[in-house]
Amino acid sequence: MTESKIKVDHLTKVFFKKNSSVTAIRDICLDIKEGEFVCLLGPSGCGKTTLLRILAELETPSTGSYHITPGKAGKPLQSMIFQEQGVIPWMTVQNNVSFGLRMRHASKKELNERTEYYLNKVGLWEFRHLYPSEISGGMKQRVSIARAFANDPEILLMDEPFAALDEQNKFILQEELLNIWEETHKTVVFITHSIDEALLLSDRIFLMSAQPGTILREKKIDLPRPRSIELVRSNPQMGKEFVDIWQHLQETVQQHRDKAL
Amino acid sequence: MKESSNHITRSESIERQLWRRKVRRTRAFQTLTIASPILLLVVWEILSRTAMIDPRFFPPPTTIIVEFFHLAATGQLFHHVGISLYRILGGFLMGVIPAIIIGLLMGMYLPVRYTLQPLVMALMPIPTLALMPIIIIVFGINDLSKMITIAGSVFFPVLINTVAGVTNIDHIYVDIAKNYGAKSKDYFFKIALPGALPMMMEGIQMGQAIALLTIVAAEMIGANSGIGYLIWTKYKTFVLKDMYVGLVLISFFGYLFSLLLRALQRKLIPWQK
Repeated sequence: MTESKIKVDHLTKVFFKKNSSVTAIRDICLDIKEGEFVCLLGPSGCGKTTLLRILAELETPSTGSYHITPGKAGKPLQSMIFQEQGVIPWMTVQNNVSFGLRMRHASKKELNERTEYYLNKVGLWEFRHLYPSEISGGMKQRVSIARAFANDPEILLMDEPFAALDEQNKFILQEELLNIWEETHKTVVFITHSIDEALLLSDRIFLMSAQPGTILREKKIDLPRPRSIELVRSNPQMGKEFVDIWQHLQETVQQHRDKAL
Repeated sequence: MKESSNHITRSESIERQLWRRKVRRTRAFQTLTIASPILLLVVWEILSRTAMIDPRFFPPPTTIIVEFFHLAATGQLFHHVGISLYRILGGFLMGVIPAIIIGLLMGMYLPVRYTLQPLVMALMPIPTLALMPIIIIVFGINDLSKMITIAGSVFFPVLINTVAGVTNIDHIYVDIAKNYGAKSKDYFFKIALPGALPMMMEGIQMGQAIALLTIVAAEMIGANSGIGYLIWTKYKTFVLKDMYVGLVLISFFGYLFSLLLRALQRKLIPWQK
């Protein structure tokens, strides 16, 4: 747990449009260790998604750089779990899960094994021949999760994967995610605006400010794993952490508002 | 206890009544759908037989049906229908296949789109039928020239719908493909083609109707066979009953092709409810 997996070095992204520019993130530096579960927590519009999209190679940084330590040859560097609607409607559940493996032309054996394993893992084996339009929102997010894990990347990037789900489904999926993650302990960067979610999942939380998005503070969450929602909820220390983070976020939102006025 | 079970039976009987009413309504609508064309034919028959409309121009439908069997018995009809279907199918494929390929390329690659867009916009309004004389000079009076005419008319609606289909693919699927390392060939077959398919099929459906419109007109201009030729010569020799047989056949095939394409659509796009 000491080796550095993701290094982000003074990363800045400016969006330029019609002579006006918006600094989405400014001067972000991160050092995330192998096997760490990290949450980026901040108000909406604070550039969390921009940072994740840069790591996912969907966006290029304006200045600064990042490095993800590669693993075995042939293994993908990163896979992203998108927000809702992240499953491809014209592929069956099974073909969605195996998408990454098919795109990188994994061997038939590996493809079948990994797809079957993760379909079972998220409880969708019986539903493998259905199309996304025939399954519920929670099941779709399970497909997204299975697809990312089946692809076996070095790191996982998750962009508010549970934001669109109802509360019960969210709790269930958070625990399922933790269960699957415990098996592999892959390095995860997880974006959320939910303090509860961050406390439940993370080893470390980075608190972000809005416009420009910068990292204000980091917090270590030392709860033992495996964790459960009951455990986190009933832990008085976590209650204090919640209030602390909440006050901090409130302050930054307030400051931002004052600046705007 | 007893009261509550009474209550349940009462609710049930109310719901059952409502359901029956709903079934009756649906049946009524279905009857309307079937009845309206039949009613039209009956009115036509009566008006024509009582000479309230001129039976020379509008012969009674029953005589058209008799004439159909008469023409069919001579074997003439099958010859015309066969040759027309051959031309339609050939022309349709010659139009649809390049339209899909060029449409996908225009949708996927901006340089291709910006180069071809003005050409498409400028060429689209020209009716291919107006180009028939040129097509005949170049290709001769044969089946090929008719197919090319049909292909020309089918091409544009399919092309435009295919381009729109690709450009309307939700950006998140493009992101997923990129993030999971799709190369351009995979992107073409796994994202662009299936993503554009629903709109593409609508274009093909439109193209099918246009192909029928075009074949009749094309066979009127330069042909000595086909349904269009049949309609035209019977009109010129004032055998209007036979002309109507030709018109009914076109209508029948239009309906048949629509049904076939809908079936194909359900087969090709199983993810759409």
